[in-house]
Amino acid sequence: MCNMHVLEGERVTRYFGGLAAVSNVDFYVDRGEIVGLIGPNGAGKTTLFNLISAAITLKSGVIRFKGEKISGLRPCRICKKGIARTFQSVKVFPGMSVLENVLLGSLFGAPAKLSRADARAEASSLLEFAGLSEMKTVPAGDLTLASQKRLEVARALATRPELLLLDELMAGLNPTEIAGAMELISKIRDRGVTVFMVEHVMRAMMCICGRIIVLHHGEKIAEGTPQEIAASKTVIDVYLGEQVYAGNQ
Amino acid sequence: MNISTVLTKRSVVGGLVILILLIIFITLPLYAPAYTVILLTAIFMYIVLTVSWALFSGPTGYMSLAPAAFFGVGIYTAAILGMKLPLIVVIVCGGFFSFFLALLVGALTLRLRGIYFAIFTFGLVMLIAYLLLFWELHVTGTRGRFVIAVGHNTVYYIMYGNLVILLIVAVFVRRSKFGLALRSIGENEDAAAHTGVNVTLVKIVTFAISAFFIGTAGAVMATRWTYIDPFIAFNPLFSFMPVLMAIFGGTGQLWGPIIGAAIFAYLEEFLITRFPYYYMLIFGIILVIAILYMPKGLVGLIQKWRKGGGVV
Repeated sequence: MCNMHVLEGERVTRYFGGLAAVSNVDFYVDRGEIVGLIGPNGAGKTTLFNLISAAITLKSGVIRFKGEKISGLRPCRICKKGIARTFQSVKVFPGMSVLENVLLGSLFGAPAKLSRADARAEASSLLEFAGLSEMKTVPAGDLTLASQKRLEVARALATRPELLLLDELMAGLNPTEIAGAMELISKIRDRGVTVFMVEHVMRAMMCICGRIIVLHHGEKIAEGTPQEIAASKTVIDVYLGEQVYAGNQ
Repeated sequence: MNISTVLTKRSVVGGLVILILLIIFITLPLYAPAYTVILLTAIFMYIVLTVSWALFSGPTGYMSLAPAAFFGVGIYTAAILGMKLPLIVVIVCGGFFSFFLALLVGALTLRLRGIYFAIFTFGLVMLIAYLLLFWELHVTGTRGRFVIAVGHNTVYYIMYGNLVILLIVAVFVRRSKFGLALRSIGENEDAAAHTGVNVTLVKIVTFAISAFFIGTAGAVMATRWTYIDPFIAFNPLFSFMPVLMAIFGGTGQLWGPIIGAAIFAYLEEFLITRFPYYYMLIFGIILVIAILYMPKGLVGLIQKWRKGGGVV
C-alpha cells in the first residue's frame, strides 16, 4: 500500500436519533481524481461531507487525510490541513466585499502564513480564476446565486486545499451556468486540487467524474466509473429510475 | 481631483482634529471648572463601556449583556484592593479580573447563539450580585464597602488614559485581520470556521479584551463613588446603556459608538438636572424614535445623507 489515498473513510457511521444518516460507509479518494457522490434526497451525502469537514462530529468509524486521522479535529484545523468545502445552501459573508470573502480564506485557511499583500494578490488572482474580478468591491450578498457559488469556490481555493468538497455546486443554476460550473471544476482539477463532489445533475456527473459513489439510506450501494454506475441495476432501481427525465434535460 | 489626494487630505484633517482633541482633553482640568471635569469623566466612562461593548458585539452580532458584570468586578476589585495597593495597580487588577472572568464565561457560553447568549450574560450579572450579597450577609456580616476616594482630576486622567488605550486597541482590531475574522463570524459563523478561522478562540479573546476595559473603567469609577454595595456595583443599567448607546450611534463605524455614548451621556446629565421627574420618560421617547427612524444609528443616517449629497 505505497499508493496512499488522499482521503479515506472506514466504517463511517453517524446516527441522528434512531436514524442512520450514514452507516458503515467505506470510501476513498485518490490524488488528482474527481469523485462524485450521488444518491436520492436524504441519502446522507451532505452528512458525509459534514463529517469529513467536522461540521458534525464523527461518533464511530475513522476518517483519514493523507494517512493521518482527522476525525475529531475542529473545522478550522481540518481546513488548515488542506480540506476546503462549499455549502449546499450558499454561505458567503453577505455584508463583506467579494474580495474580503476570499481574503479571509487566504489569511486564515492557508497552511502557511501569508503577508497581507501576498494574501490580497492571491485573492485577486483567485477571483479572476473564478470569473469574479469585476465584482471585487461588491458586497457578496448582492451577487447572483451562480456568482455566490463561484465565490464560495474561490474562498475555498484561497485556503490552498489539496482536496475540495463541492456540495451541490450546480443546484439551482440554469444550463449556461451549469456549463460554466463544469468548466470551473475541470480547471480546479487542472490546478492539482482533488475534487469530491455531491451533485444531482447526472449529465454533469457522467461527464466530469472519474468515479462515482452511490449512497442510499446512508449506505454505500455502488461504486464505479460513470458507465458502470449508469448500467448498475441496483442504482437504477433506487435512484436513476425515478429521475430519468433529469438526465435528458 | 483624484481619489487618493482627497483621501490623504481627509486623513490629514482627521489626524489634526484628533491631535487637537487630545490636547484639549489633556489640558482641560487646568482651566475648566470641576463640574466640567466630572461630567467629562462620566462621558468618557460611557464611551469606554460602549466602545468596549461594540468591540465584541458589533462585528460578531453576539448581544452581550455582561458589561455590568465586568464593570462590577472592577468596582469590587477597587473596593477590596484599594486600601492595600497603589491606584494604578488596583485598576489594572480590575481589568485583569474582568478579563479572566470573561475568558471563563466565554469558554462556557460562547457556543450559545442569539437570545440565549444575551439571557445568559444578563443572568451572570444577577448571579454575581446575589452571590456577593449572600457572601456579605452570611460570611462577612457587612453590607457594602467603602472605597478610598481619589481627587476628581486623577480620576479624569485615568479614565481618559483608559479611553485612549481602548481606542487605539479598537482601531487596531478593526484594521487587522483579526477584525476581518470577527466580522466573518457575525456574517456566517459556520462558513468562517470552515474557512480556517478558529472561531472559538477569536470570540473568547475579543470578549475578554472588551471585558478588560470595562473592568478598568469600573475600578476607576469606584473611587468616585466612595461607597458601594452589590446592587450599586452590579447595576443592570450598566449592561443596557452601552447597548442602547451603541445602537443609537451605530456600530458600523468606530466613531458610531463614541458619538452615541457622548450624546447619550450628555443627554442623561442634561435631562436629570433639568427634568428630574420626566427624565426617564423623555429618555425613553428619544430612544424609541431613534430606533424607529435610525435603524443603523447616527452612522447610518450620516452615511445616507452623504450618499444623497454625493449624487446631487
